[in-house]
Amino acid sequence: MHIMEGFLPPMWCVFWYVLSGIVVVYGIVQLNKIMKENPEYKPLIALAGAFMFVLSSLKMPSVTGSCSHPCGNGLGAVLFGPAVTAVLGAIVLLFQALLLAHGGITTLGANDFSMGIMGPFAGWLVWKALKGKINSTWAIMLAAIFADWVTYVTTSIQLALAYPIPDFSSAFAKFATIFAATQIPLAIAEGLLTAFLWDYIKMLRPDILLKLGVIDESEVPNVSVSPSGGE
Amino acid sequence: METKHILMLLGVVILTVVPLIMYAGHGEDDGYFGGADDAAEEAITQLDPNYEPWFKPIWEPPSGEIESLLFALQAAIGAIIIGYFIGYNKAKRELVSQQ
Repeated sequence: MHIMEGFLPPMWCVFWYVLSGIVVVYGIVQLNKIMKENPEYKPLIALAGAFMFVLSSLKMPSVTGSCSHPCGNGLGAVLFGPAVTAVLGAIVLLFQALLLAHGGITTLGANDFSMGIMGPFAGWLVWKALKGKINSTWAIMLAAIFADWVTYVTTSIQLALAYPIPDFSSAFAKFATIFAATQIPLAIAEGLLTAFLWDYIKMLRPDILLKLGVIDESEVPNVSVSPSGGE
Repeated sequence: METKHILMLLGVVILTVVPLIMYAGHGEDDGYFGGADDAAEEAITQLDPNYEPWFKPIWEPPSGEIESLLFALQAAIGAIIIGYFIGYNKAKRELVSQQ
């Protein structure tokens, strides 16, 4: 979903930088608060970031015949909300922009807006809507699918806004065919991988998930054997 | 690993393999399995042939080999952290339940 370096006119570069910047700053404030008040969440934050790191490096083939990568942004969104995920996304995108020439510095704001903010926000909404109604494994799978897919829809909107030729809707259709259509099967793959990891977290650290309030006791009957103590 | 988890991983494998079978014999030269990012770049140049990118990447991997090195590094860093988290907590759990 990377918009290539230099391919976003300066006005849009500034626009998305400002929007993403506000959320990232808020996310950093939240992260600092977590580090101070709940240092036991740290490994889980690292895990959410690492998951984005791995998934965004996997360029998978899609049924449309082109390749794209999942985002891994649903997990962070469900655990810590979109603002913290925006910070994690910015780190991943900076790595790719500087070392891989994927995306870019001028498009970092726009790319973080799609992968770090809008995608996670969509996933978080899906999660909130489903939480408590179905098993958390299936809820996070759907949250991850939507987080991934909305990321690419957002990128299509961003490009259509910058290049409304001949008009916004036909440009959007063009970019959505490239990005969003490619992403449908990859989003499902991402949902499966996220749910897989989620089950491991639920098995290994139910105590943290309970404390975060993302699951309730009914899902972890034997929470008493959970490990305690510092990291 | 439960059956559910095996099926999940199997699903990922199927989703990856199906496109490879669907377009077997095709390759980058006839327009298959390229990156969606590049396809978008192409679409932009089609929509606005006069557009000149106003900024170039500060540094580009000098070859595809170096690029895959860095991509593998990215995946490895992430995988180490995930593996550490799972391994650490699994061992800790087992220790606790032994006592």
